[in-house]
Amino acid sequence: MTQVQTRTWTEVRPTRKSAIPEGLWLRCPGCAQMIYRKQMETNLHVCPECNHHYRIGAAERIRQLADPASFQPLFGGLSSTDPLRFTDLKPYAERLLAEQIKTGQTDAVLAGTAFVKGRSALLCCLDLTFMMGSMGSVVGETITRSIEHATAAGTPLVIVSCSGGARMQESGLSLMQMAKTSAALARLDDAGGLFISVLTDPTTGGVTASFAMLGDVILAEPKALIGFAGPRVIQQTIRQELPEGFQRSEFLMQSGMVDRVVKRHDLRSEIARIIDYAGK
Amino acid sequence: MATFYQLDFEKPLRDIEHQIDATEARLKELRSGEGTPGTPPFVDPPDVSGAPTAAQLTRDLEALREQHGRTLRDLYSHLSPWNVVRVARHPDRPQGRDFISALCREFCELHGDRRFGDDPAIVTGFGRIDSIKCLVVAHQKGKKTSEKLACHFGCAHPEGYRKALKNMQLAEKFGVPIVTLVDTPGAYPGIGAEQRGQAEAIAVNLREMSRLRTPIVSVVIGEGGSGGALGIAVADRVGMLAHAWYTVISPEGCAAILWKQANEQTNTAAARALRLTARDNLELGIIDAVIPEPVGGAHRDPPAAVALLREWIVAQLGELRSRPIDELVAARYERFRRLGSFAEAEAV
Ligand SMILES: [Zn+2]
Repeated sequence: MTQVQTRTWTEVRPTRKSAIPEGLWLRCPGCAQMIYRKQMETNLHVCPECNHHYRIGAAERIRQLADPASFQPLFGGLSSTDPLRFTDLKPYAERLLAEQIKTGQTDAVLAGTAFVKGRSALLCCLDLTFMMGSMGSVVGETITRSIEHATAAGTPLVIVSCSGGARMQESGLSLMQMAKTSAALARLDDAGGLFISVLTDPTTGGVTASFAMLGDVILAEPKALIGFAGPRVIQQTIRQELPEGFQRSEFLMQSGMVDRVVKRHDLRSEIARIIDYAGK
Repeated sequence: MATFYQLDFEKPLRDIEHQIDATEARLKELRSGEGTPGTPPFVDPPDVSGAPTAAQLTRDLEALREQHGRTLRDLYSHLSPWNVVRVARHPDRPQGRDFISALCREFCELHGDRRFGDDPAIVTGFGRIDSIKCLVVAHQKGKKTSEKLACHFGCAHPEGYRKALKNMQLAEKFGVPIVTLVDTPGAYPGIGAEQRGQAEAIAVNLREMSRLRTPIVSVVIGEGGSGGALGIAVADRVGMLAHAWYTVISPEGCAAILWKQANEQTNTAAARALRLTARDNLELGIIDAVIPEPVGGAHRDPPAAVALLREWIVAQLGELRSRPIDELVAARYERFRRLGSFAEAEAV
């Protein structure tokens, strides 16, 4: 169910604009205080007042997680071919081009080898700024190649997810990426490889219902929206108020679906520690 | 001709059926007159009123029936994608349990997921298709209102997916092949479903089905909605009934998001854009075969639909069971591994 996808997209777009405007100061959606933008950014894009975790792109995520200059990109040459010649109110080809110009990336994922506190890892980060981090053929293929690379090299795999789900514009082929990535994880598992899945705000739909929930260890940033269906779809279906904190990281940990809720400042050391315990 | 219609594109058929009904009624009148004792043997009265003769009516009836057959074939060979979706949702279309009871000589249902509860939206159990022992896993939408509500209209909960997996692993343990019948608008979006890990349940099924060491055949028999469908459809062979649909989201969901509203027009556009028909899925390499349905759809002739489905399943199982299991599991991986479409630039 990808109903979530653009619902979160429309939900998110204004938030992103108001969350990270171009000004020197911004009003924090967490505590409603005026925050000095530079200060928030140097604080790993976390509000210094209330610990609100701002959404960040893949490049920033890699800067935060990888040891300086250790990231070596892989599989960067992949781009979508618009296999269905999909057109809604706007052709998919045009959307892709606009997103590529906006982000300077070919699609919604960056992958490569890196060191995290000196531990070698295969690092894969989805990028929310590119079509809501949605998974089409390119994201699916990049994730699968990353898993296969980690399997062959015996390197721990770290995937940081944030996504609206499967990409509707690639239709059934997007759906098949769920099976493809999950099957690759079965082989990593057979080979005794370690997969640390990090869930960030938001992780929903077909990404959650495939590789993101298949981590040997699943970490989540505080208060991230994590779920299969989006809150609005659920609300429309059951016609009830949703409970406080529903589908947030802490709720998922209470429900047994997430192993640890980890603040962004601790993510590097937590990943390194798990690799020490569980890596080969 | 007492078929229940909800499909507006079948209006030409309905018009012909009204004509057939009228003709039949008149013929019956004439013939009952003929059979009444004491009346003279039936003779065509002189044609003064313009009233049709029995001979004429019989000829008309034949022509009407011929026209009806032709129109039916025509309509169903050119269904628009949105109309395919509506046929796939036809209330008289056979569902998971209908196919199970017609396909299997006996069916030994297994209810338990050993975790939370018995989800009626996914039915699992042992049965023989022809003489082949199988584990059958099928979505069930429900027929009567009470059953529909219990099944959440075919939208399964995590316990449904976990029941399916637990029993598929049982089948694997004893080398029993698996047949899954997919018919769901999508997995259920609700509080309990999320709390109990809907996403995790589906994800685990995808991972585990990819490495189950027993043959798996899946057929989308009606609706193939998103991850809820795929959650029981990672298979060696995937087929679709001719008027089923299968894609990443329902046309209404897609229309609501990408066209900003769901109505007849945008649903039609979304259904077309999504390439959700059996033929489209075959062209995209997502399925391996389109399984024909009787003329006018499975709901017009369920026994014929069952026979066509049985024939295909038995052929697949026969072939898959003869292959070494390592080879089979490797081929299943490759089957899904190659799906996707992208361009690759030279590394710089
Ligand atoms: Zn704040």
